[in-house]
Amino acid sequence: MKARVTVTLKTGILDPQGKAIEGALKSLGVDGIASVRQGKVFDIELAGADRAKAEAALKAAADKLLANTVIENYRVEVLS
Amino acid sequence: MKSAILVFPGINRERDMARALKLISGHEPAMVWHAETSLPKGTDLVVMPGGFSYGDYLRCGAIAARSPVMDAVRAFAADGGLVLGVCNGFQILCESGLLPGILMRNARLKFICHDVHLRVERSDTPFTRGYNAGQVIRVPVAHGEGNYAADEETIRRLEGEGRVLYRYCSATGEIGDTHNINGAAQSIAGIVNVRGNVLGMMPHPENHVEDIMGCTDGRGLFAGLVAHLERAA
Repeated sequence: MKARVTVTLKTGILDPQGKAIEGALKSLGVDGIASVRQGKVFDIELAGADRAKAEAALKAAADKLLANTVIENYRVEVLS
Repeated sequence: MKSAILVFPGINRERDMARALKLISGHEPAMVWHAETSLPKGTDLVVMPGGFSYGDYLRCGAIAARSPVMDAVRAFAADGGLVLGVCNGFQILCESGLLPGILMRNARLKFICHDVHLRVERSDTPFTRGYNAGQVIRVPVAHGEGNYAADEETIRRLEGEGRVLYRYCSATGEIGDTHNINGAAQSIAGIVNVRGNVLGMMPHPENHVEDIMGCTDGRGLFAGLVAHLERAA
């Protein structure tokens, strides 16, 4: 089973990397971009086939290590 | 003073730290590998040195903070044992929950490697008793993610409880945006936990302890710890 955990900075948390990317896009002349926030994506292969178990495991993974919930939110998706 | 230096894969300041501790306390510190589950008997001080544990993968200090030895460090800190985290050590302390907040990417995005001035905010703690309150010291920094951040409530508590021990400042002790090298909240360079026995700081006092280094302002931190432990004994 494939799954994806997406970790993003909470709103209001300064994201200097996102800001730098935003500035670079503007200087490259890419139009229509209001702002950029950078995050992380974890593609995870799960051993079992139980969806509920997989979601619980991914949530534990995000809470324990993948995200720092002081500054980050995360989203868990079981893809297939 | 019996000290233990935690050694995580990827760190590179453990020997500077060991040299400083040996020089000032007279005792060779124990090197403790991150996979250990206990600290040497009789340890007075646990030090988490700087460097790049796990190559700063995921988030600085995140993986090291979950290593086996950290349970022993948590128990040691809960018993009132002294814990010092410098640079990556500070990041590990925040990631492990032993200190609040987090170290974000430097506000100007650059890796900073030069001497800075720090104002010692108070002298009545184990980590600052080698200095006078308000004293300005000069120590080096070397970090890309030292921008201390926490929610407003946490910052208020840190300030209200006098838990900011070191702050970035000018050579004459002024605090302000121009001296705040990495954009840290309230120019914070070092904080302690509620109980006052766990200090995290971004600058490297261990790199200013001998004349050959051009400055010995970092000695006070270690000398203060030695004096504190001698008095407690």
